[in-house]
Amino acid sequence: MTKSSAMMAAALAAAAALISAPPVQAAGTVKIGILWPLTGNAAAAGQASKAAAEVAAETVNNKHPELGDLPLAATEGLPNQGGAKLELTFVDHQGNPSLAQQLATRLITQDAVHVLMGAYQSSCSFTATAVAERYGIPFMVGESAALNITGRGFKWVFRGTPIASDYAATYMRFFEDMKKQGKKIASIAVVNENTDYGTSVADSIEAAAKKNNIAVAIRIPYSASSTDVSAQVLQLKEKQPDVVIFISYTSDSILYMKTMKNLDYLPPMVIGDDTGFSDPSFIPAVADIAQGAMNRSAWDIGKPGSTTSKINEMYKAKTGRDLDDTSARNMQSFFALADALNRAGSTEPEKIRDALTKTDLKPEQLMMGYDGVKFDETGQNILASTYLIQLKDKAYQLVWPDKAAAAKLDWPMKGWKQ
Amino acid sequence: MLLAQVIVGGLLLGAIYALFSSGLTLIWGMMNFINFAHGEFVMLGMYVALLVVVWLGGGPAAFGFAAAFALFVLGVVVYLSLIRHVMRGPMLAQILSTFGLALLLRYTAFWIFSANFVSLPQVSLSGTLNVAGILMPVPQLVAGVAAIALTFALHLLLTRTTVGSQLLAVAEDRNAAMLMGIRPDRMQALAWGLAAGSAGIAGALMAVSYPWSPSVGETFGLTAFVVVTLGGFGSVPGAMYAGLIIGLIQALSAYWFGPIYKDIVVYALFVALLWLRPQGLMGKA
Repeated sequence: MTKSSAMMAAALAAAAALISAPPVQAAGTVKIGILWPLTGNAAAAGQASKAAAEVAAETVNNKHPELGDLPLAATEGLPNQGGAKLELTFVDHQGNPSLAQQLATRLITQDAVHVLMGAYQSSCSFTATAVAERYGIPFMVGESAALNITGRGFKWVFRGTPIASDYAATYMRFFEDMKKQGKKIASIAVVNENTDYGTSVADSIEAAAKKNNIAVAIRIPYSASSTDVSAQVLQLKEKQPDVVIFISYTSDSILYMKTMKNLDYLPPMVIGDDTGFSDPSFIPAVADIAQGAMNRSAWDIGKPGSTTSKINEMYKAKTGRDLDDTSARNMQSFFALADALNRAGSTEPEKIRDALTKTDLKPEQLMMGYDGVKFDETGQNILASTYLIQLKDKAYQLVWPDKAAAAKLDWPMKGWKQ
Repeated sequence: MLLAQVIVGGLLLGAIYALFSSGLTLIWGMMNFINFAHGEFVMLGMYVALLVVVWLGGGPAAFGFAAAFALFVLGVVVYLSLIRHVMRGPMLAQILSTFGLALLLRYTAFWIFSANFVSLPQVSLSGTLNVAGILMPVPQLVAGVAAIALTFALHLLLTRTTVGSQLLAVAEDRNAAMLMGIRPDRMQALAWGLAAGSAGIAGALMAVSYPWSPSVGETFGLTAFVVVTLGGFGSVPGAMYAGLIIGLIQALSAYWFGPIYKDIVVYALFVALLWLRPQGLMGKA
């Protein structure tokens, strides 16, 4: 054996030893495998959600009586599992559905996690949940909105967040309200990124608009990695819709706002379907040119001293930023999962699944503006709902529905025209 | 009128494609070496621009120059520390070395700058010119004009100056060039500096109108390869025409057929052209 091949053999042996080393299982832990895009185009959202899950795990694992009725905050660990602690394993699927599928398999077979959570992009949740279903491991979908994730007859998939059809219905109720106030909403435009998320939400909106007799002047699907969106903006300019709804990821939503200003196109109102509009990069990049843009959010920081405000402080201490809707919805789903893990009283998949189906969280136990958490037979939370918010100066403020509103809605939006 | 607007937008975009691709074609022309880290050079140019604007409060001239200089230095360092050595290795090592470099640069950028998207604060380059009803965003206009001027300057440097002749001499025949008193290492380091520098300045120009994160290099790297192949490997003017053509086709097809079809149109034409003319528009057969 030559020197170099001996070295190669040694390196291989070392690598093999690393791979085959049995996972160390600490006594009294419940392992949660979490799949998010920690690098790639949606990395900012993935990283923010990771921090949110870590804060949530901290409140479960240690005593935080100050957090009121939040599940498991007042106690240490999971009381029904002998005070077992939650142990999180994060993996990075880079926004790639096939990688998400592989990693889900690895988390189950090699890391032996008890439950899975993820996966931000609907397309990744779609593939990863199929793996969980095959192995019979409960999967909590944190915030992916595409309809097709639940409703495939899966037994092991649960979803805490509102979904595409909930959002579409919210927009329609909002339009009805606006029409009653004398605003003109004869036609809308729907601009969507063309993977599962954008397509599913846009389809739902188109269907709902049809039912409510609102014309969809134009539907523009596009790829979120576009480097130039001038053609799309010119198409919008030609059609002159009363409202443009963007279902977009981060860089594309920023690019749209900048291109609209460059091409001097300002519709009466822009509504962002969360996601890109809620990304931590969005406000610093375009706050000065997108004044009055609306967005949806079920997250509201609330008054100082409230539970939501306290949990936001914990998050802020860790990241330097406020929670955004995306990471907050993931955090809420995480709490629902932790609550079920505790009630299961065991790490057996069947018991955890059973506990999840019996979940019934009340509004006061939530950090989000949902009406509760309760899963139907498809695994979808039927009590999830959302607010609408509007960009004013350098922050979003809750403007709709009126009963929850913290600020007055500005219509039309000002954009860059102060 | 709308059509004229689409055409102008496409050409402005294409000019930038041309600039960031010219460095890639230069390296190929000089050394028959494919640089997979080229998109990452563009990405670093964008971050240099950001640092100059945020820390030093510089304007467009300052950050353009700073990005060009910083990347020129990086190009030279990369050549001297890595490329020079792998050139002696097998072809596969050459290819994979810059691929490794690309990942190293990308993940270092993730580590330093985080994965968040950033964009340049509004600098002196803002506003929109209205020429006979056609809107031209000032940042893109400046970037487009500068890109064409710089690509042209690079072409002149290669074809009309002694330094250019020396670079070409090394590319033609390394040993013969040495006999003529030219130091190949020095010239090739210069070629890497110029290539990286042009990528850097392209990045700085794009940073004005485009939000980015460390993974942006992937997108630009791919575009650069298409532009260089279409233009003909090794031809700077070829890269310029190809860049403009691709920008124009993308804009027109996005407008006529819808944005999800623009890449289908571009790549279908690309494949068709390569079938008819494998050496590219301006490449030598």
